[in-house]
Amino acid sequence: MTQWVRRKHTEAAATVRIALALVAAIASAAGVTTVYALGGGVQLEGLFLGTMLGSLGVAAVLWGKHLMPGEPVVEVREPLASSEEDRRVVAEELGPESVTRRRLLRALLLGAGGAAVAAFFFPVRSLGPLPAGALFHTPWQRGRRAVDVEGRPVRADDVRVDAFTTVFPDGHVGSADGQAVLVRVQPGLLEGEAADGSADDGLLAFSKVCTHLGCAVNLYQAEEHLLLCPCHQSTFDVLDRGAVTFGPATRALPRLPIAVDEQGFVVALDDFDDAVGPGFWYRPE
Amino acid sequence: MVIRRTVTWLDARLGGAGYARRHLDKAFPDHWSFLFGEIALYSFVVLVATGVFLTFFFEPSLSPTVYEGSYEPLRGVEMSEAYRSTVELSFDVRAGLVMRQIHHWAANVMAGAVVVHLCRIFFTGAFRRPRELNWLVGVTLLLLVVVNGFAGYSLVDDLLSGTGLRIAYGIGQSIPLVGPHLVFFVFGGEFPAHDIISRLFVIHVLIVPVLIATLIGVHLAVIWRQKHTQFPGPGRTEHNVVGDRLWPTYAAKSIGLFLSVAAVLALMGGLLQINPVWLWGPFLPYTTSVPAQPDWYVGWVEGALRLFPPWRLEVGAFEIPEPFWPAVFVPGVTIALLYAWPFLEARFTGDRSEHHLLDRPRDHPVRTAMGVTTIAFYTVLFFGGGNDVMAARMGVSVEGVTRVLQVLVFALPALLGVVTYGWSRALREVSPPPYPSAEDAERASALGHPLRVEDRADTAEEDTRQEDPAPSRVRALAARFATALGLTALAAAARAAFRRGRTAGRRT
Repeated sequence: MTQWVRRKHTEAAATVRIALALVAAIASAAGVTTVYALGGGVQLEGLFLGTMLGSLGVAAVLWGKHLMPGEPVVEVREPLASSEEDRRVVAEELGPESVTRRRLLRALLLGAGGAAVAAFFFPVRSLGPLPAGALFHTPWQRGRRAVDVEGRPVRADDVRVDAFTTVFPDGHVGSADGQAVLVRVQPGLLEGEAADGSADDGLLAFSKVCTHLGCAVNLYQAEEHLLLCPCHQSTFDVLDRGAVTFGPATRALPRLPIAVDEQGFVVALDDFDDAVGPGFWYRPE
Repeated sequence: MVIRRTVTWLDARLGGAGYARRHLDKAFPDHWSFLFGEIALYSFVVLVATGVFLTFFFEPSLSPTVYEGSYEPLRGVEMSEAYRSTVELSFDVRAGLVMRQIHHWAANVMAGAVVVHLCRIFFTGAFRRPRELNWLVGVTLLLLVVVNGFAGYSLVDDLLSGTGLRIAYGIGQSIPLVGPHLVFFVFGGEFPAHDIISRLFVIHVLIVPVLIATLIGVHLAVIWRQKHTQFPGPGRTEHNVVGDRLWPTYAAKSIGLFLSVAAVLALMGGLLQINPVWLWGPFLPYTTSVPAQPDWYVGWVEGALRLFPPWRLEVGAFEIPEPFWPAVFVPGVTIALLYAWPFLEARFTGDRSEHHLLDRPRDHPVRTAMGVTTIAFYTVLFFGGGNDVMAARMGVSVEGVTRVLQVLVFALPALLGVVTYGWSRALREVSPPPYPSAEDAERASALGHPLRVEDRADTAEEDTRQEDPAPSRVRALAARFATALGLTALAAAARAAFRRGRTAGRRT
């Protein structure tokens, strides 16, 4: 008797709670519509949507827990497998004799099927061009001027000591593979091979494409003359031909050999001394 | 009356009433840990609903245009149609921003729910025969969810996700033999090729969602056919299922869960900012956002890229570039091991019998320890992906953080694995597996399905599991104490992290 009374009591309490939840849902729905009509607003939209859905959810869960049959049911697990007989017959029927017995035809059938499947892959070739030598070339070439992001040619004098600026080949502003950094170090710091390709005693140009995975190397620690890639922290030494000093990269930043022309503008003498950007299978060729 | 007429009308044409009669009281075992799969499913429903809304406004094109919308700092700036349409959706379409943010949060929540669900299946041994098939389907679903999430946030063509695409291009390029061809075909040329956004759009909106929906259908159909697993307990055996009736109780609770998941996602989408792309600016190949992290479910690959030593392999006129190992090889091995696990475990334990009763994690200490080791490994990698953020936050050098993590990535999993193994064994001694009792045996007989010999507690000695030595009181007490301490420490750490981390990385 007490069990029945307790159940009815909890049912009554639950009914009240469910009713309240449903009223809250209606109010929230009104709230969402009002907010929307008045011009919207992400916080209030989310808040009212949330309370509307949440109230409905609370109502559903309470209904399931208190107003619906709660006694657990017991189901029997029948064995999953079918009978041996069924399996044998199915296996036999799936391999019709007209196929299994003719070995030559079966082999040719498999071959033809495979060839058809392989042929269907050819449209993949239409998806894009072949790489060929594209990864080895950028728009830089002998005599091409260095321009800034506005397209204006860069004067060697405009690059101060410890400054670093982004340049592109003339006519290719924004070029992803042609992007380069111009850095100037103090006069006299560059010695021997490190000075190869530099101009004006201290002006160097490197590819801005990180040799690890291609992010733009846009950080420069001037005191230590280190170019730093923000993606995975590969660090390149400007005073050591762009060699890697830290991080996961394994190849130095390719250098762009530059000179200063008669009007004082920076020009390239050749393309970069290595393929720019991340490595690939046949790069060492 | 209406219901009766509908049932009659449909049954006359389709004939399903008999099937429904037998299955309306299908049993669904009830345990909180069984809800994660459902949370993933309901997140997917929210994703599709909000996603459809987004497709009505997003322009999957890299054609250049100039922004003239209401967000002042970007007015007059050149950008792609993809980026412009996203910024316009966020500021000039009513309910646009809330839909976008709900969509992005739902993607992160779905990925998280799938991972937690996978861990639950793993630690309770629910992947054992006859459920290996569903494990394979589930791992495939995990991969598809990760791919679709990455594709989705890369569609926007902002500086942060564009950097991610650049990295993905470089990773693809590093694959031996076919790398450059593969990326040239997928992207449509040398980076930044102009076809990638429209192709990612088709992948993200059509191809992968159809695959996910189909595989979810297969996943649920297999569960329906095989019946859900259950934890051992009173009245529960390998030959029955005890739980809520499908209709109306389980259906009501499940609908309630769906509405609650949608509610939480709506609240998050409205109140928690995520991916404010107008702050990153449009993608430009000649600059990089600082710092740059992907969404959380790709964080472990990012960490592998930062922590892995610079190993480039040169063989004559060919090379295997350094990103190949952390970003292609390690994930490849990860995926292969995930797929193979049920078969590997069956071979190592020699256990090829059917299982419908779940293990508690402590019942299988080796598996539990290996699972914890694996989770620790990928968690350290995940933190490695934020080494620059951690260095800045803690005021130490990035080199220092990197070196420490390079050691931790092996030391921590090993340590946690050993600790977990000992802990599980100690806990198992304290509470041996609950076999059905004599009462359960009677109840089962009364139902007409007597327990098999192996199920009964009084024949537990015949158990083929390892014989445990007699439990030591001291070890038992130590195990209880350690568990309590561990849980308290975790709770305190979580609270502290939540308080501190609330302002941290809103990037995702």
